[in-house]
Amino acid sequence: MPSAVITIDQLTGWLRRFHQLVIKNQAELTELDSAIGDADHGINMARGMAAVIDKLDGEQPARVNDLFKTVAMTLVMSVGGASGPLYGTFFLRFAGAVGSVTELDTAALATGLHAGRAGVVERGKAGLGDKTMIDALSPALEAMEAVIKTGGDLAAAVTAARDAAADGRDATVPMVARKGRASYLGERSAGHMDPGAASMTLLFDALAAELAG
Amino acid sequence: MKKLINDPQDVVAEALLGIEAARPEVRVDHANRIIYRRDAPKARKVGLVSGGGSGHEPLHGGYVGLGMLDAACAGQIFTSPTPDQMLEATKGVDAGNGVLHIVKNYTGDVMNFEMAAELAAAETGITVDTVVVNDDVAVQDSLYTAGRRGVGVTVLLEKLVGAAAEEGRPLSELAALARVINDAGRSMGMALTSCTVPAAGKPTFELAEDEMELGIGIHGEPGRRRVPLASAREIAEQLMEPILADLDFSSGPLIVMLNGMGGTPLIELYLMYGEVAKIIERSGIPVARNLVGNYITSLEMAGCSLTMLRADEELIRLWDAPVNTAGLRWGI
Repeated sequence: MPSAVITIDQLTGWLRRFHQLVIKNQAELTELDSAIGDADHGINMARGMAAVIDKLDGEQPARVNDLFKTVAMTLVMSVGGASGPLYGTFFLRFAGAVGSVTELDTAALATGLHAGRAGVVERGKAGLGDKTMIDALSPALEAMEAVIKTGGDLAAAVTAARDAAADGRDATVPMVARKGRASYLGERSAGHMDPGAASMTLLFDALAAELAG
Repeated sequence: MKKLINDPQDVVAEALLGIEAARPEVRVDHANRIIYRRDAPKARKVGLVSGGGSGHEPLHGGYVGLGMLDAACAGQIFTSPTPDQMLEATKGVDAGNGVLHIVKNYTGDVMNFEMAAELAAAETGITVDTVVVNDDVAVQDSLYTAGRRGVGVTVLLEKLVGAAAEEGRPLSELAALARVINDAGRSMGMALTSCTVPAAGKPTFELAEDEMELGIGIHGEPGRRRVPLASAREIAEQLMEPILADLDFSSGPLIVMLNGMGGTPLIELYLMYGEVAKIIERSGIPVARNLVGNYITSLEMAGCSLTMLRADEELIRLWDAPVNTAGLRWGI
Protein backbone atom coordinates (compact mmCIF):
# COMPACT_ATOMS: atom_id res chain seq x y z
CA MET A 1 0.00 0.00 0.00
CA PRO A 2 1.73 3.22 -1.10
CA SER A 3 1.81 6.06 1.38
CA ALA A 4 -0.75 8.84 0.94
CA VAL A 5 1.37 11.46 2.66
CA ILE A 6 4.86 12.88 2.46
CA THR A 7 6.39 13.37 5.91
CA ILE A 8 8.67 16.21 6.94
CA ASP A 9 11.56 13.74 6.97
CA GLN A 10 10.79 12.86 3.37
CA LEU A 11 10.51 16.54 2.46
CA THR A 12 13.94 17.07 3.98
CA GLY A 13 15.12 14.00 2.07
CA TRP A 14 13.76 15.61 -1.10
CA LEU A 15 15.93 18.67 -0.50
CA ARG A 16 18.99 16.53 0.23
CA ARG A 17 18.47 14.59 -2.98
CA PHE A 18 18.02 17.86 -4.88
CA HIS A 19 21.35 19.02 -3.46
CA GLN A 20 23.00 15.75 -4.60
CA LEU A 21 21.49 16.03 -8.09
CA VAL A 22 22.58 19.67 -8.43
CA ILE A 23 26.13 18.68 -7.50
CA LYS A 24 26.07 15.75 -9.87
CA ASN A 25 24.79 17.96 -12.70
CA GLN A 26 26.64 21.12 -11.73
CA ALA A 27 29.00 21.07 -14.72
CA GLU A 28 26.17 20.33 -17.12
CA LEU A 29 24.00 23.16 -15.76
CA THR A 30 26.89 25.58 -16.06
CA GLU A 31 27.61 24.29 -19.56
CA LEU A 32 24.00 24.96 -20.59
CA ASP A 33 24.27 28.43 -19.08
CA SER A 34 27.53 29.08 -20.98
CA ALA A 35 25.71 28.59 -24.24
CA ILE A 36 22.95 31.12 -23.65
CA GLY A 37 23.62 32.85 -20.36
CA ASP A 38 26.52 33.70 -18.13
CA ALA A 39 27.97 30.35 -17.13
CA ASP A 40 27.06 30.37 -13.47
CA HIS A 41 23.81 28.47 -12.96
CA GLY A 42 25.37 25.20 -11.79
CA ILE A 43 27.86 27.00 -9.57
CA ASN A 44 25.19 29.19 -7.99
CA MET A 45 22.68 26.41 -7.39
CA ALA A 46 25.36 24.16 -5.90
CA ARG A 47 26.46 26.95 -3.55
CA GLY A 48 22.85 27.68 -2.58
CA MET A 49 21.84 24.09 -1.92
CA ALA A 50 25.06 23.44 0.01
CA ALA A 51 24.12 26.37 2.25
CA VAL A 52 20.61 24.93 2.66
CA ILE A 53 21.93 21.53 3.69
CA ASP A 54 24.41 23.14 6.11
CA LYS A 55 21.53 24.98 7.69
CA LEU A 56 19.35 21.85 7.94
CA ASP A 57 22.26 19.88 9.40
CA GLY A 58 22.48 22.51 12.13
CA GLU A 59 18.81 22.78 12.90
CA GLN A 60 16.02 20.65 11.47
CA PRO A 61 12.69 22.56 11.52
CA ALA A 62 9.76 20.50 12.84
CA ARG A 63 7.10 22.14 10.71
CA VAL A 64 6.80 22.06 6.93
CA ASN A 65 6.31 25.82 6.58
CA ASP A 66 9.36 26.54 8.75
CA LEU A 67 11.40 24.06 6.75
CA PHE A 68 10.63 25.71 3.42
CA LYS A 69 10.91 29.22 4.81
CA THR A 70 14.42 28.35 5.95
CA VAL A 71 15.19 26.90 2.53
CA ALA A 72 13.82 29.99 0.80
CA MET A 73 15.70 32.56 2.85
CA THR A 74 18.94 30.58 2.65
CA LEU A 75 18.67 30.38 -1.15
CA VAL A 76 17.80 34.06 -1.47
CA MET A 77 20.83 34.99 0.63
CA SER A 78 23.34 32.62 -0.91
CA VAL A 79 22.52 32.17 -4.60
CA GLY A 80 22.22 35.67 -6.07
CA GLY A 81 21.61 36.08 -9.77
CA ALA A 82 18.10 35.43 -10.97
CA SER A 83 17.93 31.89 -9.58
CA GLY A 84 18.19 33.08 -5.96
CA PRO A 85 15.05 35.24 -5.96
CA LEU A 86 13.18 32.77 -8.21
CA TYR A 87 13.85 29.59 -6.23
CA GLY A 88 13.63 31.63 -3.01
CA THR A 89 10.22 32.98 -3.94
CA PHE A 90 9.14 29.49 -5.05
CA PHE A 91 9.89 27.93 -1.66
CA LEU A 92 8.67 30.95 0.31
CA ARG A 93 5.24 30.78 -1.33
CA PHE A 94 5.25 27.00 -0.94
CA ALA A 95 5.83 27.50 2.79
CA GLY A 96 3.07 30.06 3.04
CA ALA A 97 0.55 27.85 1.26
CA VAL A 98 1.09 24.62 3.21
CA GLY A 99 1.00 26.12 6.68
CA SER A 100 2.21 24.80 10.02
CA VAL A 101 1.91 21.05 9.50
CA THR A 102 4.22 18.03 9.82
CA GLU A 103 3.23 16.20 6.64
CA LEU A 104 1.55 16.85 3.30
CA ASP A 105 -1.01 14.79 1.43
CA THR A 106 -1.13 14.87 -2.34
CA ALA A 107 -3.52 17.82 -2.46
CA ALA A 108 -1.47 19.85 0.02
CA LEU A 109 1.71 19.16 -1.90
CA ALA A 110 0.01 20.30 -5.11
CA THR A 111 -1.28 23.42 -3.35
CA GLY A 112 2.24 24.27 -2.22
CA LEU A 113 3.73 23.74 -5.65
CA HIS A 114 1.01 25.82 -7.31
CA ALA A 115 1.65 28.69 -4.89
CA GLY A 116 5.35 28.36 -5.64
CA ARG A 117 4.72 28.60 -9.35
CA ALA A 118 2.54 31.70 -8.88
CA GLY A 119 5.42 33.30 -7.00
CA VAL A 120 7.92 32.49 -9.74
CA VAL A 121 5.61 33.88 -12.42
CA GLU A 122 5.08 37.06 -10.43
CA ARG A 123 8.77 37.58 -9.61
CA GLY A 124 10.12 36.66 -13.04
CA LYS A 125 7.24 38.09 -15.09
CA ALA A 126 7.63 35.15 -17.46
CA GLY A 127 5.03 32.83 -18.92
CA LEU A 128 4.90 29.48 -20.62
CA GLY A 129 7.06 29.37 -23.74
CA ASP A 130 9.50 32.09 -22.67
CA LYS A 131 12.28 29.48 -22.29
CA THR A 132 12.53 29.57 -18.50
CA MET A 133 12.10 27.24 -15.52
CA ILE A 134 8.35 27.77 -15.90
CA ASP A 135 8.44 25.60 -19.01
CA ALA A 136 9.36 22.62 -16.80
CA LEU A 137 7.37 23.67 -13.73
CA SER A 138 4.00 24.33 -15.36
CA PRO A 139 3.67 21.06 -17.29
CA ALA A 140 4.78 19.19 -14.16
CA LEU A 141 1.97 20.72 -12.11
CA GLU A 142 -0.60 20.09 -14.82
CA ALA A 143 0.42 16.43 -15.09
CA MET A 144 0.20 16.13 -11.33
CA GLU A 145 -3.24 17.70 -11.34
CA ALA A 146 -4.44 15.28 -14.02
CA VAL A 147 -3.34 12.26 -11.97
CA ILE A 148 -4.98 13.64 -8.82
CA LYS A 149 -8.24 14.22 -10.69
CA THR A 150 -8.37 10.62 -11.86
CA GLY A 151 -7.76 9.39 -8.33
CA GLY A 152 -4.08 8.46 -8.68
CA ASP A 153 -1.92 8.27 -5.58
CA LEU A 154 0.91 10.52 -4.44
CA ALA A 155 3.70 8.50 -6.04
CA ALA A 156 1.86 8.34 -9.37
CA ALA A 157 1.21 12.09 -9.28
CA VAL A 158 4.85 12.87 -8.58
CA THR A 159 6.11 10.44 -11.23
CA ALA A 160 3.83 12.06 -13.79
CA ALA A 161 5.08 15.48 -12.70
CA ARG A 162 8.69 14.39 -13.10
CA ASP A 163 8.10 13.03 -16.61
CA ALA A 164 6.22 16.14 -17.68
CA ALA A 165 8.97 18.38 -16.26
CA ALA A 166 11.57 16.49 -18.30
CA ASP A 167 9.44 16.81 -21.45
CA GLY A 168 8.95 20.50 -20.75
CA ARG A 169 12.68 20.92 -20.21
CA ASP A 170 13.44 19.21 -23.52
CA ALA A 171 10.85 21.38 -25.25
CA THR A 172 12.85 24.50 -24.31
CA VAL A 173 15.60 23.53 -26.76
CA PRO A 174 14.05 25.05 -29.91
CA MET A 175 12.49 27.99 -28.08
CA VAL A 176 13.66 31.56 -28.51
CA ALA A 177 14.22 33.04 -25.06
CA ARG A 178 12.07 35.99 -24.09
CA LYS A 179 13.10 36.41 -20.46
CA GLY A 180 16.33 36.33 -18.53
CA ARG A 181 19.80 36.77 -19.87
CA ALA A 182 19.27 34.35 -22.73
CA SER A 183 16.75 36.80 -24.21
CA TYR A 184 19.64 39.09 -25.19
CA LEU A 185 20.65 36.49 -27.73
CA GLY A 186 17.34 36.62 -29.57
CA GLU A 187 17.12 33.92 -32.25
CA ARG A 188 20.56 32.66 -31.26
CA SER A 189 19.10 31.27 -28.03
CA ALA A 190 17.24 28.61 -30.03
CA GLY A 191 18.89 25.19 -30.14
CA HIS A 192 19.96 25.22 -26.48
CA MET A 193 18.21 23.80 -23.45
CA ASP A 194 17.25 26.33 -20.79
CA PRO A 195 19.39 25.83 -17.66
CA GLY A 196 16.58 26.96 -15.33
CA ALA A 197 14.21 24.39 -16.81
CA ALA A 198 16.97 21.80 -16.37
CA SER A 199 17.50 22.55 -12.66
CA MET A 200 13.73 22.69 -12.06
CA THR A 201 13.47 19.20 -13.58
CA LEU A 202 16.11 18.01 -11.10
CA LEU A 203 13.84 19.23 -8.31
CA PHE A 204 11.09 16.89 -9.54
CA ASP A 205 13.60 14.08 -10.16
CA ALA A 206 14.61 14.41 -6.52
CA LEU A 207 11.01 14.35 -5.30
CA ALA A 208 10.18 11.25 -7.34
CA ALA A 209 13.34 9.50 -6.13
CA GLU A 210 12.53 10.32 -2.49
CA LEU A 211 9.02 8.89 -2.78
CA ALA A 212 10.37 5.80 -4.51
CA GLY A 213 12.58 5.38 -1.44
CA MET B 1 43.11 29.21 -16.90
CA LYS B 2 45.89 31.62 -15.96
CA LYS B 3 44.86 34.22 -13.43
CA LEU B 4 46.40 36.12 -10.51
CA ILE B 5 44.32 34.33 -7.92
CA ASN B 6 44.76 31.97 -4.98
CA ASP B 7 41.58 29.93 -5.15
CA PRO B 8 38.74 30.50 -7.66
CA GLN B 9 36.23 30.47 -4.78
CA ASP B 10 38.01 33.30 -2.93
CA VAL B 11 38.42 35.84 -5.72
CA VAL B 12 35.72 38.30 -4.64
CA ALA B 13 36.49 38.12 -0.91
CA GLU B 14 40.22 38.56 -1.45
CA ALA B 15 39.74 41.39 -3.95
CA LEU B 16 37.71 43.20 -1.27
CA LEU B 17 40.65 42.82 1.13
CA GLY B 18 42.86 44.44 -1.51
CA ILE B 19 40.43 47.30 -2.13
CA GLU B 20 40.32 48.00 1.59
CA ALA B 21 44.10 48.01 1.79
CA ALA B 22 44.49 50.26 -1.25
CA ARG B 23 41.74 52.84 -0.96
CA PRO B 24 41.56 55.26 1.96
CA GLU B 25 38.19 56.70 0.87
CA VAL B 26 36.28 53.48 1.55
CA ARG B 27 35.68 50.93 4.27
CA VAL B 28 34.61 47.36 3.62
CA ASP B 29 32.04 45.19 5.38
CA HIS B 30 33.53 41.81 4.52
CA ALA B 31 30.72 39.71 5.99
CA ASN B 32 28.17 41.41 3.74
CA ARG B 33 30.53 42.27 0.88
CA ILE B 34 29.70 45.95 0.90
CA ILE B 35 32.08 48.76 0.06
CA TYR B 36 31.06 51.93 1.93
CA ARG B 37 32.20 55.45 1.58
CA ARG B 38 34.31 55.92 4.70
CA ASP B 39 32.12 58.70 6.11
CA ALA B 40 28.74 57.06 5.36
CA PRO B 41 26.02 57.74 6.33
CA LYS B 42 26.54 61.31 5.28
CA ALA B 43 24.24 63.82 6.97
CA ARG B 44 21.89 65.95 4.84
CA LYS B 45 22.43 63.70 1.85
CA VAL B 46 20.46 61.01 0.06
CA GLY B 47 22.31 57.69 0.09
CA LEU B 48 23.28 56.22 -3.28
CA VAL B 49 23.55 52.43 -3.41
CA SER B 50 24.45 50.33 -6.37
CA GLY B 51 25.84 46.88 -6.86
CA GLY B 52 26.01 43.98 -9.17
CA GLY B 53 28.06 41.00 -10.09
CA SER B 54 31.81 41.33 -9.65
CA GLY B 55 34.17 41.24 -12.62
CA HIS B 56 33.17 44.69 -13.98
CA GLU B 57 35.74 46.67 -11.99
CA PRO B 58 36.05 49.54 -11.42
CA LEU B 59 32.21 49.31 -11.47
CA HIS B 60 30.71 49.50 -8.80
CA GLY B 61 33.08 49.43 -5.83
CA GLY B 62 35.55 51.69 -7.63
CA TYR B 63 32.91 54.38 -7.78
CA VAL B 64 32.32 54.63 -4.05
CA GLY B 65 33.48 57.90 -2.53
CA LEU B 66 32.96 61.65 -2.62
CA GLY B 67 30.74 62.67 -5.53
CA MET B 68 29.55 59.20 -6.51
CA LEU B 69 28.17 56.21 -4.57
CA ASP B 70 27.77 55.82 -0.82
CA ALA B 71 27.85 52.03 -1.02
CA ALA B 72 28.29 49.22 -3.52
CA CYS B 73 27.28 45.59 -2.99
CA ALA B 74 29.59 43.05 -4.58
CA GLY B 75 28.08 39.84 -5.92
CA GLN B 76 29.94 36.75 -7.06
CA ILE B 77 31.59 37.11 -10.46
CA PHE B 78 28.85 38.10 -12.94
CA THR B 79 26.16 37.22 -10.38
CA SER B 80 23.90 39.73 -8.73
CA PRO B 81 24.41 40.35 -5.03
CA THR B 82 21.61 39.28 -2.71
CA PRO B 83 18.74 41.21 -1.07
CA ASP B 84 20.20 40.91 2.44
CA GLN B 85 23.39 42.65 1.27
CA MET B 86 21.42 45.40 -0.40
CA LEU B 87 19.22 45.87 2.65
CA GLU B 88 22.28 46.15 4.88
CA ALA B 89 23.87 48.70 2.52
CA THR B 90 20.62 50.66 2.42
CA LYS B 91 20.55 50.85 6.23
CA GLY B 92 24.24 51.72 6.29
CA VAL B 93 23.94 54.80 4.07
CA ASP B 94 20.57 56.18 5.13
CA ALA B 95 20.90 59.45 7.03
CA GLY B 96 17.14 59.96 7.13
CA ASN B 97 16.87 61.38 3.61
CA GLY B 98 16.12 58.18 1.76
CA VAL B 99 18.19 55.95 -0.48
CA LEU B 100 18.39 55.63 -4.26
CA HIS B 101 19.10 52.18 -5.70
CA ILE B 102 20.90 52.31 -9.04
CA VAL B 103 20.25 49.01 -10.81
CA LYS B 104 21.50 47.72 -14.15
CA ASN B 105 18.73 46.06 -16.11
CA TYR B 106 19.61 42.41 -15.72
CA THR B 107 16.96 39.98 -14.56
CA GLY B 108 18.88 38.93 -11.44
CA ASP B 109 19.90 42.42 -10.39
CA VAL B 110 16.39 43.76 -10.85
CA MET B 111 14.78 40.90 -8.88
CA ASN B 112 17.27 41.06 -6.01
CA PHE B 113 17.03 44.85 -5.66
CA GLU B 114 13.23 44.53 -5.85
CA MET B 115 13.27 42.10 -2.93
CA ALA B 116 15.67 44.39 -1.04
CA ALA B 117 13.37 47.39 -1.51
CA GLU B 118 10.41 45.29 -0.28
CA LEU B 119 12.41 44.24 2.79
CA ALA B 120 13.50 47.83 3.44
CA ALA B 121 9.89 48.99 3.33
CA ALA B 122 8.71 46.16 5.59
CA GLU B 123 11.54 46.24 8.13
CA THR B 124 12.98 49.75 8.29
CA GLY B 125 10.68 52.42 6.95
CA ILE B 126 13.56 53.83 4.90
CA THR B 127 12.29 55.46 1.70
CA VAL B 128 13.85 53.72 -1.27
CA ASP B 129 13.54 54.75 -4.88
CA THR B 130 14.98 52.73 -7.72
CA VAL B 131 16.30 53.67 -11.12
CA VAL B 132 16.93 50.90 -13.63
CA VAL B 133 19.57 51.63 -16.25
CA ASN B 134 18.91 50.16 -19.71
CA ASP B 135 21.04 51.84 -22.34
CA ASP B 136 22.26 48.97 -24.53
CA VAL B 137 21.06 49.40 -28.11
CA ALA B 138 22.24 45.89 -29.05
CA VAL B 139 19.12 44.45 -27.46
CA GLN B 140 15.85 45.00 -29.22
CA ASP B 141 13.46 46.21 -26.59
CA SER B 142 9.97 44.81 -26.52
CA LEU B 143 7.24 43.98 -24.05
CA TYR B 144 8.15 40.32 -24.33
CA THR B 145 11.81 40.41 -23.41
CA ALA B 146 13.83 41.30 -20.34
CA GLY B 147 14.58 44.55 -22.16
CA ARG B 148 17.81 46.37 -22.79
CA ARG B 149 20.82 45.76 -20.59
CA GLY B 150 22.31 48.39 -18.36
CA VAL B 151 25.89 49.07 -19.43
CA GLY B 152 28.05 52.18 -19.96
CA VAL B 153 25.49 54.81 -19.01
CA THR B 154 25.62 53.37 -15.47
CA VAL B 155 29.09 54.89 -15.01
CA LEU B 156 28.04 58.34 -16.24
CA LEU B 157 24.81 58.21 -14.23
CA GLU B 158 26.60 57.31 -10.99
CA LYS B 159 28.94 60.27 -11.52
CA LEU B 160 26.23 62.80 -12.42
CA VAL B 161 23.62 61.78 -9.85
CA GLY B 162 26.41 61.42 -7.26
CA ALA B 163 27.35 65.06 -7.84
CA ALA B 164 23.72 66.11 -7.52
CA ALA B 165 23.32 64.12 -4.30
CA GLU B 166 26.39 65.89 -2.91
CA GLU B 167 24.47 69.19 -3.35
CA GLY B 168 21.84 67.93 -0.92
CA ARG B 169 19.05 67.47 -3.44
CA PRO B 170 16.03 65.39 -2.34
CA LEU B 171 15.47 61.76 -3.33
CA SER B 172 12.60 62.49 -5.73
CA GLU B 173 14.74 64.99 -7.64
CA LEU B 174 17.69 62.62 -7.85
CA ALA B 175 15.51 59.77 -9.09
CA ALA B 176 14.02 62.04 -11.76
CA LEU B 177 17.48 63.22 -12.80
CA ALA B 178 18.68 59.62 -13.01
CA ARG B 179 15.81 58.73 -15.33
CA VAL B 180 16.52 61.74 -17.54
CA ILE B 181 20.17 60.66 -17.82
CA ASN B 182 19.20 57.07 -18.59
CA ASP B 183 16.85 58.24 -21.33
CA ALA B 184 19.52 60.48 -22.86
CA GLY B 185 22.27 57.87 -23.13
CA ARG B 186 22.94 54.86 -25.34
CA SER B 187 25.70 52.24 -25.58
CA MET B 188 26.93 49.51 -27.89
CA GLY B 189 29.74 47.04 -27.28
CA MET B 190 31.88 44.47 -29.07
CA ALA B 191 34.30 41.72 -28.11
CA LEU B 192 37.49 40.41 -29.69
CA THR B 193 37.83 37.60 -27.16
CA SER B 194 35.71 35.92 -24.51
CA CYS B 195 36.57 35.85 -20.83
CA THR B 196 36.98 33.18 -18.19
CA VAL B 197 34.87 33.16 -15.02
CA PRO B 198 37.33 31.86 -12.37
CA ALA B 199 34.93 29.27 -10.98
CA ALA B 200 34.11 28.00 -14.50
CA GLY B 201 37.78 27.72 -15.43
CA LYS B 202 37.40 28.12 -19.17
CA PRO B 203 36.23 30.83 -21.57
CA THR B 204 32.48 31.43 -21.73
CA PHE B 205 32.54 31.21 -25.52
CA GLU B 206 35.08 30.69 -28.28
CA LEU B 207 35.91 33.23 -30.94
CA ALA B 208 38.06 32.38 -33.93
CA GLU B 209 41.02 34.59 -34.87
CA ASP B 210 39.03 36.18 -37.70
CA GLU B 211 35.77 36.73 -35.80
CA MET B 212 34.29 39.24 -33.37
CA GLU B 213 31.07 39.48 -31.38
CA LEU B 214 28.97 42.54 -31.96
CA GLY B 215 26.43 43.70 -29.38
CA ILE B 216 27.85 42.13 -26.24
CA GLY B 217 26.87 42.91 -22.68
CA ILE B 218 29.26 42.82 -19.75
CA HIS B 219 28.98 39.24 -18.51
CA GLY B 220 30.97 37.38 -21.11
CA GLU B 221 27.68 36.41 -22.69
CA PRO B 222 27.77 36.04 -26.44
CA GLY B 223 26.58 39.05 -28.40
CA ARG B 224 23.83 39.67 -30.85
CA ARG B 225 25.83 38.70 -33.92
CA ARG B 226 29.09 37.02 -34.73
CA VAL B 227 30.71 38.81 -37.63
CA PRO B 228 34.06 38.83 -39.43
CA LEU B 229 36.76 40.84 -37.69
CA ALA B 230 36.94 44.34 -39.15
CA SER B 231 39.26 47.34 -38.95
CA ALA B 232 38.98 49.82 -36.08
CA ARG B 233 37.47 52.32 -38.51
CA GLU B 234 34.73 49.89 -39.52
CA ILE B 235 34.11 48.81 -35.92
CA ALA B 236 33.69 52.46 -34.90
CA GLU B 237 31.00 52.77 -37.57
CA GLN B 238 29.34 49.53 -36.48
CA LEU B 239 29.17 50.72 -32.86
CA MET B 240 28.01 54.20 -33.65
CA GLU B 241 25.44 53.46 -36.31
CA PRO B 242 22.86 51.72 -34.03
CA ILE B 243 23.41 54.36 -31.32
CA LEU B 244 22.70 57.27 -33.66
CA ALA B 245 19.78 55.40 -35.21
CA ASP B 246 18.23 54.94 -31.77
CA LEU B 247 18.33 58.46 -30.37
CA ASP B 248 18.61 61.98 -31.72
CA PHE B 249 21.76 63.45 -30.21
CA SER B 250 21.74 66.68 -32.22
CA SER B 251 20.37 68.94 -29.47
CA GLY B 252 23.17 68.71 -27.02
CA PRO B 253 26.86 68.60 -26.46
CA LEU B 254 27.95 65.02 -25.81
CA ILE B 255 29.63 63.17 -23.02
CA VAL B 256 31.35 60.25 -24.77
CA MET B 257 32.89 57.19 -23.14
CA LEU B 258 35.09 54.80 -25.09
CA ASN B 259 35.31 51.95 -22.63
CA GLY B 260 37.65 48.98 -22.61
CA MET B 261 36.23 45.56 -21.72
CA GLY B 262 39.24 44.80 -19.51
CA GLY B 263 41.73 43.15 -21.84
CA THR B 264 42.35 45.81 -24.46
CA PRO B 265 45.42 48.05 -24.20
CA LEU B 266 44.94 51.79 -23.91
CA ILE B 267 46.74 52.39 -27.19
CA GLU B 268 43.93 50.57 -28.98
CA LEU B 269 41.25 52.36 -26.96
CA TYR B 270 42.72 55.74 -27.90
CA LEU B 271 42.97 54.65 -31.53
CA MET B 272 39.30 53.67 -31.38
CA TYR B 273 38.40 56.97 -29.72
CA GLY B 274 40.12 58.75 -32.59
CA GLU B 275 37.92 56.90 -35.07
CA VAL B 276 34.78 57.63 -33.06
CA ALA B 277 35.72 61.30 -32.68
CA LYS B 278 36.10 61.64 -36.46
CA ILE B 279 32.60 60.30 -37.06
CA ILE B 280 31.09 62.54 -34.39
CA GLU B 281 32.91 65.53 -35.84
CA ARG B 282 31.32 64.88 -39.22
CA SER B 283 27.91 64.96 -37.53
CA GLY B 284 28.66 68.42 -36.16
CA ILE B 285 27.65 67.63 -32.57
CA PRO B 286 30.24 68.96 -30.11
CA VAL B 287 31.83 66.60 -27.58
CA ALA B 288 31.93 68.41 -24.25
CA ARG B 289 33.62 65.73 -22.13
CA ASN B 290 35.00 62.26 -22.70
CA LEU B 291 36.38 59.23 -20.93
CA VAL B 292 38.76 56.73 -22.51
CA GLY B 293 39.75 53.69 -20.48
CA ASN B 294 38.47 50.67 -18.58
CA TYR B 295 35.38 51.79 -16.65
CA ILE B 296 32.89 48.93 -16.92
CA THR B 297 34.58 45.69 -17.81
CA SER B 298 34.03 42.01 -18.36
CA LEU B 299 37.06 40.43 -16.64
CA GLU B 300 39.86 40.01 -19.23
CA MET B 301 37.63 40.30 -22.28
CA ALA B 302 39.25 42.20 -25.16
CA GLY B 303 37.02 44.66 -26.94
CA CYS B 304 35.31 47.94 -26.26
CA SER B 305 32.01 49.68 -25.85
CA LEU B 306 30.90 53.13 -26.88
CA THR B 307 28.56 55.22 -24.74
CA MET B 308 27.10 58.52 -25.83
CA LEU B 309 25.13 60.82 -23.55
CA ARG B 310 23.22 63.85 -24.74
CA ALA B 311 24.15 66.44 -22.15
CA ASP B 312 23.33 70.03 -21.39
CA GLU B 313 24.96 72.80 -19.35
CA GLU B 314 23.60 71.45 -16.10
CA LEU B 315 24.88 67.92 -16.75
CA ILE B 316 28.29 69.27 -17.76
CA ARG B 317 28.41 71.24 -14.51
CA LEU B 318 27.59 68.08 -12.54
CA TRP B 319 30.19 66.18 -14.54
CA ASP B 320 32.87 68.71 -13.58
CA ALA B 321 31.98 68.62 -9.87
CA PRO B 322 34.63 67.09 -7.57
CA VAL B 323 34.85 63.32 -7.42
CA ASN B 324 37.21 61.14 -5.43
CA THR B 325 36.88 57.44 -6.12
CA ALA B 326 39.18 54.67 -7.31
CA GLY B 327 37.68 54.86 -10.80
CA LEU B 328 37.14 58.62 -11.30
CA ARG B 329 39.01 61.37 -9.57
CA TRP B 330 39.11 65.09 -10.31
CA GLY B 331 38.40 68.55 -8.92
CA ILE B 332 39.61 67.82 -5.40
